[in-house]
Amino acid sequence: MISARRTLDVVRWYLREVAGENAYERYVEHGSLEHPGRPVLSRREFERQRQDDRDGTPQVRCC
Amino acid sequence: MTATDVGTRRPSWRSMITWTGVAVIGALAWSVIALARGEKISAIWVVIAALASYAIAYRFYARFIVRRVLQVDNSRATPAERLDNGVDYQPTDRRILLGHHFAAIAGAGPLVGPVLAAQMGYLPGTIWIIAGVIFAGGVQDMVILFFSMRRDGKSLGQMVREEIGPVGGAAALVAVFSIMIILLAVLALVVVNALAASPWGTFSIAMTIPIALFMGFYLRTLRPGRVIETTVIGVALLLAAIVGGGWVQESSLAGIFTLSPQSLVIALVIYGFFASVLPVWMLLAPRDYLSTFMKIGAIGLLAVGVLVTGPTLQNAAVSKFADGTGPVFAGPLFPFVFITIACGALSGFHALIASGTTPKMIQKESQVQMIGYGGMLMESFVAIMALIAASILDPGLYYAMNAPAGLVGATAQTAAQAVTTLGFTISPDQLSAAAAAVQEKTLVARTGGAPTLAVGMSEILSGIFGAGTALKAVWYHFAIMFEALFILTTVDAGTRVARFMLQDTLGNIYKPMGRVSWKPGLWATSAVVVLAWGYFLWTGVNDPLGGIYQLFPLFGIANQLLAAVALALATTLIIKSGKARYAWVTLVPLAWDAAVTLTASWYKVFSNDPKLGFFAQRTTYQAAIDSGKLLAPAKTMDAMHQVVTNATVDGVLSALFAVLIIIVILDAFRIWVKALSAREPLPMMESPVVLSHIVAPAGLWPTADERMLLAGGSVAIGGPGVGGDGLSADDLPPGGSSR
Repeated sequence: MISARRTLDVVRWYLREVAGENAYERYVEHGSLEHPGRPVLSRREFERQRQDDRDGTPQVRCC
Repeated sequence: MTATDVGTRRPSWRSMITWTGVAVIGALAWSVIALARGEKISAIWVVIAALASYAIAYRFYARFIVRRVLQVDNSRATPAERLDNGVDYQPTDRRILLGHHFAAIAGAGPLVGPVLAAQMGYLPGTIWIIAGVIFAGGVQDMVILFFSMRRDGKSLGQMVREEIGPVGGAAALVAVFSIMIILLAVLALVVVNALAASPWGTFSIAMTIPIALFMGFYLRTLRPGRVIETTVIGVALLLAAIVGGGWVQESSLAGIFTLSPQSLVIALVIYGFFASVLPVWMLLAPRDYLSTFMKIGAIGLLAVGVLVTGPTLQNAAVSKFADGTGPVFAGPLFPFVFITIACGALSGFHALIASGTTPKMIQKESQVQMIGYGGMLMESFVAIMALIAASILDPGLYYAMNAPAGLVGATAQTAAQAVTTLGFTISPDQLSAAAAAVQEKTLVARTGGAPTLAVGMSEILSGIFGAGTALKAVWYHFAIMFEALFILTTVDAGTRVARFMLQDTLGNIYKPMGRVSWKPGLWATSAVVVLAWGYFLWTGVNDPLGGIYQLFPLFGIANQLLAAVALALATTLIIKSGKARYAWVTLVPLAWDAAVTLTASWYKVFSNDPKLGFFAQRTTYQAAIDSGKLLAPAKTMDAMHQVVTNATVDGVLSALFAVLIIIVILDAFRIWVKALSAREPLPMMESPVVLSHIVAPAGLWPTADERMLLAGGSVAIGGPGVGGDGLSADDLPPGGSSR
């Protein structure tokens, strides 16, 4: 039972990391550590900004 | 921990016995593949030979390069650690980064190239895919990743300019841009050939646009940041679109989705333009999620299918077409098999990715082995499976599908006859039955590799999940769909990258052009890029001689020449860092690659055989036009003129590619001589040395030494499943590493 739950945890962790779903949490933590006192964006604002940043940094997809 | 102090310990008995075992099994599999003559062998042997060779290469050769040649230094902070800004620079868990990197390098190339190369038999392809990745492809990806990482993630073009010189840099820039255009055109041609006259496929692919738009808005407004949830919904809709395509094909709507190749080209060019000018979140990003998900899923499914069913190879080990008389592509085994396979063994395009986002996210220097070399081994394995999928088909069917329409005609009867002339047998009834089994109108002259791979995959997959015609058709269309999906993702992303390059370059001449947000500039450059690849795509679908037959070699040459640029840069940097005695690591693959591609370019430009040389072709057809004659397969004077124009353009382009690459190599050679004769080492643009505080394992599983180091840190490392320490996913620190 434990190993099944563990496998599920691993898969969940991997998918969240690969998809970048943890980016907001990381941003909040990064902000509180390195820039204390700076206003923290809401998740909606943060994700919107992150998406818009991608406009300026195209990534090659290979063949 | 530095890299060198780990490897000095004597190997244990257990490891010696294990590796001897791997070597013996690998050698056995190789001898079965290479020595079997006249009897059919199981595809499992190919898989075993590949996996055993990869394991040995990864454990010994890649490790040698990492430790002795590159001398990775884990006490040195990577750009991800030094410049961590939480946006583009951030230390990322090695397993996650491997996923990102693999998704970026893998695509349709390793699936399509080996299918076409199966014309020469399965043996030449197998040898090149495996030997090529071990000695060239994996080395290139890893070494470029390493050098870019030492330079804060600089791009290939920047590194060539700074480390070799402005001449080489300019040539490399033009080469990258023009190579990209050809790449996009040929990949798009594969999609057009797979979708033409197939309402099922066209409907499913058309549906990906509304699905992506829906996902984009969902992620933007309804559930910001919930990528997995959005992707799951998207994939469900996508699978519904594949099944729905079957109904559309039977319904009165079929007519709307039955498009000629020409209409598909126009649709693709318009789509490409919008994909390039619309914001990324709307279309590009969601399609990327879908494509990545489908890519990993489909490749995994194919691997399981091959391993479970262990199909028998029907293709010859070395076919009689090794002499260059084959119908799929022109030219003899050397150099054209190496050109055609392209991505699965050595791909210059990977150097753009290895010098893109990956070097900015790597945690530890020693991880270049797992991500650069390991990622490329995975790509090579995809190519092996594609080769297997093409080689389990009956050769008669293979040639009926892959020879150009000019040769096999349009009906099952003409195709069966043409196949007999080639020396294989398939009856018109068998051909029609094969098409009916996957619910396509015809399989004749479905060139480009994608339909062939789809037939092979449907064969394999219906083998595990139980047969039944209906299911086979769904598998076929599933395979077509995912290939088209990730080719289109490459086309979207490539158009955008090419547009940025163009804007960047023009910005030097007229300032506003360089601003990505300036709308007129954005539209103009996007239009230039889509029209450029659109032109080659258009000539490809209209080419009387067959677009794939004419253009695929050009694509292969372009990709391999880009690899020559990357390997020349790598050699330069190895010599500059004072390790000239190890320069052979990249110099040997460079010499081989230059020999292969320049020979191929030579054939394409100077060969007197009108089937092979573009200018000989031009002369032959022009002479016929002058005397008012028609040459088969052209049926009209217009078609004759078209052959002349296409041959001229393609010939000029082949020559241009070769010249640009020769410039880069010569410029690099100048630096090699300078570096070897200088007393002081030449200056390099490496970033400063900063002490690293991150502790993270180098490979997939931490070694005993690494475990000790990790235990010494204050925070637990890695993800769940690493140390068996009962860590839950939620306890993980961001980035999955300790500081």
